[in-house]
Amino acid sequence: MRKAVAAVAVVAASTVAALAGNNGQDFAQIERGRYLAAAGDCAGCHTAVGGADFAGGMAIETPFGKVVAANITPDRETGIGAWSDDDFVRALTEGVARDGTHLYPAMPYPYYTKVSRGDVLAIRAYLTTVPAVHNPVTSDQLPFPLNQRADMAVWNKLYFHSGEYRPVAGKSAVWNRGGYLVEGLMHCGACHTPKNTAGGDYLDRPLKGYALQGWFAPDISGDTRRGIGSWSADDLVTYLKTGHNRFAAATGPMADVVAKSSSKLTDADLRDVATYLKDQPGLEGEEEAAQASPVDAGNSQMQAGAAIYTDECSACHTPKGTGVLNLFPSLAGAPSVQSADPTSLIRVVLGGTRSVATDQAPTGPAMPAFAWLLDDRRAAAVLTYIRNSWGNAAAAVTAAQVQSERADLAKRTE
Amino acid sequence: MARKLPRKDVAIIGLGWTGSILAYELAQEGLDIVAVERGPWRDTATDFPVAYVPDELRYRIRHELFLRPAQVSVTFRNKEGQEALPVRDWGAFMLGNGAGGAGVHWNAETWRFLPSDFTLRSHLTQRYGAAFLPPDTTIQDWGVTFDELEPHYDRFEYLCGTSGAAGNLKGVIQPGGNPFEGPRSQPYPTPPQKQNFGHALFAKAAADMGYKPFPQPSGNLSQAYTNPLGVELGPCTYCGYCEWFGCANYSKASPQTTILPALLRKDNFTARTECEVTRINLDKGGTHATGVTFVDSSGQEWEQPAELVILCGFQLWNVQLLMLSGIGRIYDPNTGEGQIGRNFTHQVMSTAIGFFDKNQYVFNPFIASGAIGMCIDEFNGDNFDHGPHGFIGGGYIGQVQTNGRPIEMIEALPAGTPSWGAKWKQAVKDNYLSTIYSGGACHGSCYSYRQNRLDLDPTYKDRFGRPLVRMTIDFPDNELKMSAFLTDRYAEILKAMGAKEIVKKPRKGPYDVTQYQTSHLCGGAIMGANPKDSALNRYLQSWDVPNLFVMGATAFPQNAGYNPTGTVGALAFWSASAIRRQYLKKPGPLVDA
Repeated sequence: MRKAVAAVAVVAASTVAALAGNNGQDFAQIERGRYLAAAGDCAGCHTAVGGADFAGGMAIETPFGKVVAANITPDRETGIGAWSDDDFVRALTEGVARDGTHLYPAMPYPYYTKVSRGDVLAIRAYLTTVPAVHNPVTSDQLPFPLNQRADMAVWNKLYFHSGEYRPVAGKSAVWNRGGYLVEGLMHCGACHTPKNTAGGDYLDRPLKGYALQGWFAPDISGDTRRGIGSWSADDLVTYLKTGHNRFAAATGPMADVVAKSSSKLTDADLRDVATYLKDQPGLEGEEEAAQASPVDAGNSQMQAGAAIYTDECSACHTPKGTGVLNLFPSLAGAPSVQSADPTSLIRVVLGGTRSVATDQAPTGPAMPAFAWLLDDRRAAAVLTYIRNSWGNAAAAVTAAQVQSERADLAKRTE
Repeated sequence: MARKLPRKDVAIIGLGWTGSILAYELAQEGLDIVAVERGPWRDTATDFPVAYVPDELRYRIRHELFLRPAQVSVTFRNKEGQEALPVRDWGAFMLGNGAGGAGVHWNAETWRFLPSDFTLRSHLTQRYGAAFLPPDTTIQDWGVTFDELEPHYDRFEYLCGTSGAAGNLKGVIQPGGNPFEGPRSQPYPTPPQKQNFGHALFAKAAADMGYKPFPQPSGNLSQAYTNPLGVELGPCTYCGYCEWFGCANYSKASPQTTILPALLRKDNFTARTECEVTRINLDKGGTHATGVTFVDSSGQEWEQPAELVILCGFQLWNVQLLMLSGIGRIYDPNTGEGQIGRNFTHQVMSTAIGFFDKNQYVFNPFIASGAIGMCIDEFNGDNFDHGPHGFIGGGYIGQVQTNGRPIEMIEALPAGTPSWGAKWKQAVKDNYLSTIYSGGACHGSCYSYRQNRLDLDPTYKDRFGRPLVRMTIDFPDNELKMSAFLTDRYAEILKAMGAKEIVKKPRKGPYDVTQYQTSHLCGGAIMGANPKDSALNRYLQSWDVPNLFVMGATAFPQNAGYNPTGTVGALAFWSASAIRRQYLKKPGPLVDA
C-alpha cells in the first residue's frame, strides 16, 4: 500500500541580498531561529487562518482599528526577501520598515527591542528558509488621522524605550533569562500590561492585566489573588506547555499563544519564565485589603447567583467550585475568576469558549454558551456569586457590564 | 455526474464508534484517511450543552439526534408473503446520525459476551445434542474466540474508561464481580459507579436468594479518567439523561469524549460530514473495491477513490450498502443461499414493574446513569442447564433503572389506573418515587432463524431512487419462552425486594416495530469460518472483496444476552489489528476461502 508523505518538503528560498553578515545556511542558527520565532509567536499574527505560513493577512484588532500583519516570507516583492539583515533588525527593534516608514506597535517592537541582535538574526535566518509566498498585504486599515504613520514618531518619543534587555543585578541567571523572554520575545506585556488611551504601557503596573479584543488578559504578576502567586512554578510550566493545569484552561487569544508559541518552548525556558513572573510584585497594603473582602452572601445577587450556579454550572464545575482536573477549570481560588475586570468571565458565560488542545492535552474541552438562557441580571448574579464564593473575593458584576459585553459580542465574528 | 477526488489510502464510511477506532488505528500507520459521514459534526459543548440537553420531550420523544425517516427509512413486515410498509417514525430501534453515531446516544452499558457465545452452535450441540436446537435456527460459531478477542475488549474498555468490578481476573474469580465472565487480563480502568437505593436493594435481595449480583459495567464514569490517547473524561453526575441524549459533561464514553479529539490532531485524517455514501465502487471483476461514491448536502455527487474501504455504518445501512453495491449475493431463505441479509437479529427485552409501599420506599429514580445498576448473570447464555426448560439462550437480569425522566416514568402505573384526570395524577404522584421500573431488566439474547432477514424492498425507494432495505422479522417460540422465563426470575427478585404489586411484561409476539426494544440490530453480513455460511471472514474482511472490511454488529451471527457495543468495539480493534499487522504488509485475503 502506498504510504502517504506526511511532511511537505520545504524548499529554502534563495535571498541573495539578505545574507550579508549572516550566512543563512547555518543549521544551528536556523534551528535556533525557528525556536525563537515560536517564542516570539510570529506565526500568531503573520500566518492567517487557512493561509500560508508567515504570508501575512491576519487582521489584528487594536483599540484604534485593525492592522493587518505583513507578509514576512522571503518573497522579494511582497515579503521581506529584499530586506537586508539590518533592515530586519531595525524593523524588529526600532519599529521602522525598510522604506523608512514607521510600524504600528501592534507589531510588538517595544518588546522586541529587548531581544539581542544575535537572536533577531537567527529568526531572520529561519525566515529565509520558509517558502516564499507572493501575497500583497495592505497593512494599514486605520481611520484618519491614526493612519498617519508619521504620528508614530511622536508616539515613540513618548512611549517607546529602545534597547536590549539588561540583566538585573542581584537576580539569578534563571530569573534574568525569564525576564529576557517575558519582556522581549514573548512580549507578554503587549496584552497583559495596562495601557493608557494612546496605547502606551503603564510602566508602573507591569503585567497587571488589560482588556483587549473583547477579553481581559489577566494579571500575571505574583499577586496571590489576581495573579499567579498561588500557582507553583510547575503549575505555570504545565499551563504554558499544555494549555491546562489544576487551576485554569487557556481560551481566547491565550489558546492561540499556547498552541503556536508556549507549548513549543523547552521546559527549562518555561521554568525561567515562571520564576520571573512569580517574582513580579502583586498588590500590597490597603489596595490589596480593599479587594480582598467578598460581597456578602446574603446579598440578593449572591442568593440568585447561588441558585443559578447549582442549576447551570455545578454539573461540571462541581458544587464547591473545584472543577475537574484538566477538564473543567477550578473556579475556587482561580485568579482569572477574581480579576479586577470581569470582561473575560462575562464573555465566556455569554458566548462559551473552547480551551486549547495540545499534543500533551488533546481533549480541548469547551464551555457552552449561555447568552440565550441568562439575561443580563442573571448572568451578573451568577458571576458575582462565583467571584465571591469558596474564598473568592472580587467586585460584583453589574447587569450593565453584561449588557455592554453582550452588545460587543454580537458584533464579533471570530 | 460524479466529480472525482484525489485518491486516498482509506475511505471510511460512517464516523461512529467503529469508524473512529479504525480511522485512529490506521492513521497510526501514516495512511491518508477520509471518513465520509452522513450526518453533521457533533461536539459536546455546542451540540449537547448542559443547559438544555436534559430535555426529554426534545430528545426522547421527538428524536432530535436521530436520522430523519424522510432522509432514509426501512420497510417492515413480520413474515414472508406480507407486504412490508415503510417506517415513518422510529419505534423499535433508534438510528444514530452524525459524528459519534450511536456512540452519542447510547446508555454506555459496556459488556463482554461469554466465551461460549462465540462458539454457540458447537457448544450447544455438544451439550444438548443437535435435536435440542429450535427448528429453523441458523445460529453459528463466530470464527473468533473469546480468548482472541480479550485483548481487544480490554483496549475498548481502556479507551472508554469503563467503570466496573472484575469477576474473573486471569481465571481467578473475584468477589463482587460477575463470576460467569470470561477471564480478563486486567481490572476495569475505573471502579464501579455508585448505586442508588433501588439498585442496592435488588443486589441484597438477589444475594439473599443465592445469586451473585455485581455492578453493571458502565461507560458513564465513576471518576475522572485519562485514556491511553490522552483524552480526558469527567465523572458522571448521575443526571439520568444518557440514552437518547448526548452527554453534557464529558462523562459518557463516546467517540467525542474518547477518540475524536486525538484523531482530529492527525494531519492524515479528514472527515467529510453531511455526505452520504451511495455506493461502494468495484472494479470490472467485482472483486476489488475502487472507492466510494457519495453525495454532499448540495446534491453534488463525488467519487472518492481509495485503496481500502471500511464500512462502519449502522447495521441496517451496512447491509443495504452491500446489497446496493452488488457485493456478495442477497440471501434467499428458501434455498439458504446468499450471505447478505441473513441472520438478522435484534434483542429480546422484557421487564416487570414493581410497585412498593410509598411510605416505606423512596427510590429517587432520577438519580441514575445510563449504565448504573446491579445485575445477575445466572440465566445468561448457557450459564444454566437449559435441558428442563425447552429453549436456548438467556440474558442478564438486573435492576438497571437508567433514569427517572417524567414522561417515561409515568408509563409505570398500577393496573386499573385511569389514563387521565385527577385519579391518574394522584397515581403518578403516589407511585413515582416508590416504583421500580427498569426498562431493560431482562436483557435477552436473540438468536437467528432462517426466516428473519433483510433484503431490498420491491416497492419503496429513498430520495436517490434506491430501494429501501426490507426487514422481515418475528420472534419464534424459543425467544418468547426464554423471555417469559427471565421475566419470572426477575419478578421473583422484585417480590423478595418487598414489592406489593408486580406487573410482568414478558416480550410477546409478533415483533412490533413501534415498541422500543433497544437499538441492538445485528447480523445481515455475518462473520464466520467459511464463505459458505458467512459474508465476512474472522477478521471482518469481505470474502468477496478483500479490500473491504465491514465493522459493527452487522457481523454478529446472532445476538447474545448483553448489550452489543463492548463486542462491537472489541471486534473493531481486532480487525484493525489484523489490518495493521497482516493486511498492510500483504494486501489480499487474510483467510483462504
